[in-house]
Amino acid sequence: MAAGVATWLPFARAAAVGWLPLAKKIMPKPPVDKKSRNDEILFVNVSGIRFQTWKNTLDRYPDTLLGSSEKEFFYNEDTQEYFFDRDPEMFRHILNFYRTGKLHYPRQECIQAFDEELAFYGIVPDIIGDCCMEEYRDRKKENQERLAEDTEAENATDTPLPPHSTSRERLWRAFENPHTSTMALVFYYVTGFFIAVSVIANVVETVPCRPLKGSKKDLPCGEKYTLAFFCMDTACVLIFTFEYLMRLFAAPSRCKFMRSVMSVIDVVAIMPYYIGLVMPENEDVSGAFVTLRVFRVFRIFKFSRHSQGLRILGYTLKSCASELGFLLFSLTMAIIIFATVMFYAEKGTKGTNFTSIPASFWYTIVTMTTLGYGDMVPNTIAGKIFGSICSLSGVLVIALPVPVIVSNFSRIYHQNQRADKMRAQQKVRLARIRLAKKGTTNAFLHYKEDGGFQDRDSDNALCLKNRSAFEHQHHHLLHCLEKTTNHEFTDELTFSEMCMTESVGYRTSRSTSISSQQGVSTSCCPRRGKRRAIRLANSTVSVSRGSIQELDTLQVHKTSAGPQRYDITQTLMIYSHKEKEKYY
Amino acid sequence: AVSTMWETEGLQTFGIVVVVCASLKLLHLLGLISFSEDSVEDELELSAVRHRPEALEQLEAQTRFSRKELQILYRGFKNECPSGVVNEDTFKEIYSQFFPQGDASTYAHFLFNAFDTDHNGSISFEDFVMGLSILLRGSVQEKLNWAFNLYDINKDGYITKEEMLDIIKSIYDMMGKCTYPILKEETPRQHVEIFFQKMDKNRDGVVTIDEFIDCCQNDENIMRSMQLFENVI
Repeated sequence: MAAGVATWLPFARAAAVGWLPLAKKIMPKPPVDKKSRNDEILFVNVSGIRFQTWKNTLDRYPDTLLGSSEKEFFYNEDTQEYFFDRDPEMFRHILNFYRTGKLHYPRQECIQAFDEELAFYGIVPDIIGDCCMEEYRDRKKENQERLAEDTEAENATDTPLPPHSTSRERLWRAFENPHTSTMALVFYYVTGFFIAVSVIANVVETVPCRPLKGSKKDLPCGEKYTLAFFCMDTACVLIFTFEYLMRLFAAPSRCKFMRSVMSVIDVVAIMPYYIGLVMPENEDVSGAFVTLRVFRVFRIFKFSRHSQGLRILGYTLKSCASELGFLLFSLTMAIIIFATVMFYAEKGTKGTNFTSIPASFWYTIVTMTTLGYGDMVPNTIAGKIFGSICSLSGVLVIALPVPVIVSNFSRIYHQNQRADKMRAQQKVRLARIRLAKKGTTNAFLHYKEDGGFQDRDSDNALCLKNRSAFEHQHHHLLHCLEKTTNHEFTDELTFSEMCMTESVGYRTSRSTSISSQQGVSTSCCPRRGKRRAIRLANSTVSVSRGSIQELDTLQVHKTSAGPQRYDITQTLMIYSHKEKEKYY
Repeated sequence: AVSTMWETEGLQTFGIVVVVCASLKLLHLLGLISFSEDSVEDELELSAVRHRPEALEQLEAQTRFSRKELQILYRGFKNECPSGVVNEDTFKEIYSQFFPQGDASTYAHFLFNAFDTDHNGSISFEDFVMGLSILLRGSVQEKLNWAFNLYDINKDGYITKEEMLDIIKSIYDMMGKCTYPILKEETPRQHVEIFFQKMDKNRDGVVTIDEFIDCCQNDENIMRSMQLFENVI
């Protein structure tokens, strides 16, 4: 219930006195109000800005942070106020919600920041007032779309293939993303080339060539070099058919693939050829055959796989379907109106072109789109007046839906550009994240190296002190993890070395060890291992090999390695133990 | 011949155009057709109603509330109605929020009339606080008086059966239809009969203020229940 309702409740209860004389039964006892009704002013300090409000105001919404006892967690006894380390600008809106019962969304704030604040204060966003709800919803949807795009871009097909994918999956990937493998790229360019060749052949076919010997008439090249063109056509169609069949084979969902626009275009591009093969050389049917040849021009749409811009255009037109529909509808209405008017205006003229209303359609269309061929011209004055009105209104009607389409196209185009930019930025971002992670690991390794596990020697005291308390605690945490798993952290270099020289593992009880895991870890890093080697007297075996052996023993016989190692070189053992004990 | 043809045709066209435009203008003048949809602007009432209540001391003297109580009451009132008055629609809305299951608008209408003692169509803070003062801090006599005033819809000093039926129907309306036992058509009428049997001593078909007060004071249940709402504020 809204805040206001709580204010009016005492009034409603008082008005119940009006029912008393009419009551059929005895009235129940009223609830006893134990708590003190004294209202007090609360101080709320949000990042230094002090807000004051009545306690009752905050109590209006008992299921939020400020209205419930949860705010006691933030009470500061020294200053007798509730302290929140949050954004004071946003808090203003939150507090206004308590005061007025309406939550407003500040337009200049980031939607995510706002949502986070609401979540912190325990307020459900659904109660945003009507005045701001639309804006809030729009921004939220925009943000979610952007996030979805980001995750899509992350999972984009640029990611490496899962290791065990069938040849069919690989083939599909090659088709969808040509730049993943060289073969796919080659195939991509070859098909592109053949599409171009096919389209050009179609065009050149109709150009008049020099006539055959002994004939005066100009022949179109298609009829002169029939065989050549036929061979070229066959080659192109073979390639297209092959491509289509391969795609069909590789598609994860064949039904869906067959229904997609691109596959329909593919089919339409190659069908005329096969139908032409099958059909007999009959004069009657050749008319229909000629029509079919027209469909060969659809091959040019196959280019849309190769061009991003074409796809965007197609997508724009699809998304502006309603605006285009409106444009078409209004144009049709206007055409019919003006055609009728022109027809009746010109009816009286002798030998007029406006023979019927459908005949006037042509004039109207040509005039409204400001083409003005001049093959149909009004002669009467009324016709001329209405003709001019027609051309003026044509300009207006067509100009109206165009900006909507343009803005849609611009939005989609920018989205696309943003996706590309995202991908580029993604690489940089991932590189940065990896660097940061490596930095932390390196810091930890350095810490260990610098004897972080020992007592603070005077040598190392300085460089250790420079690390913050946070770092110390973090390193301690990592160290605990090492102890838990009985493994140690290492850096990439040594790890790769270890992997390569795995085969060299031999079991000697005389492993350099230090037998504790510390030894293993330190010996993993050659630099540190050397240091240990310097410190320890009896290391004979080379560090890296020893480390591998250690690793082997660790991995294979965790338990047995233990006592085995503890047998060795007691001095080393005691030394390392001492180190450990000093640290702990 | 050509020139005459042009003349006649031109004149014809011109004539048609003039006639069409003139008729459109005439219709627009007559208000039968309108070219623009600007009727919305006319409906925008600039409500500049601002009401400031009497001074705190005066209200303190006129009502039985303490200063602090009046302060709390006014703060709440002003928060909800910044303009200082409540009009009937707002009042109905507010009251209906307490009875979501039924339709409280009729009863709210009667209540509004009971609170709006000067009958100016809106309840100011004074009306509000005076009414509350009677209901919560008044004597039994005053409360009964107020109730009688509520039931007497046309404020003529008599409660007729029709008025009572309206009131009782409005109360039952607030219950809504999901009740147990199910509300029957004749329940309000029966209720009115019971009331009149109890209250109308001289069987003249109306209940006067004296009959009402007399009867209520003799009814123990009513007297006891009058104390119920003392501690609301």
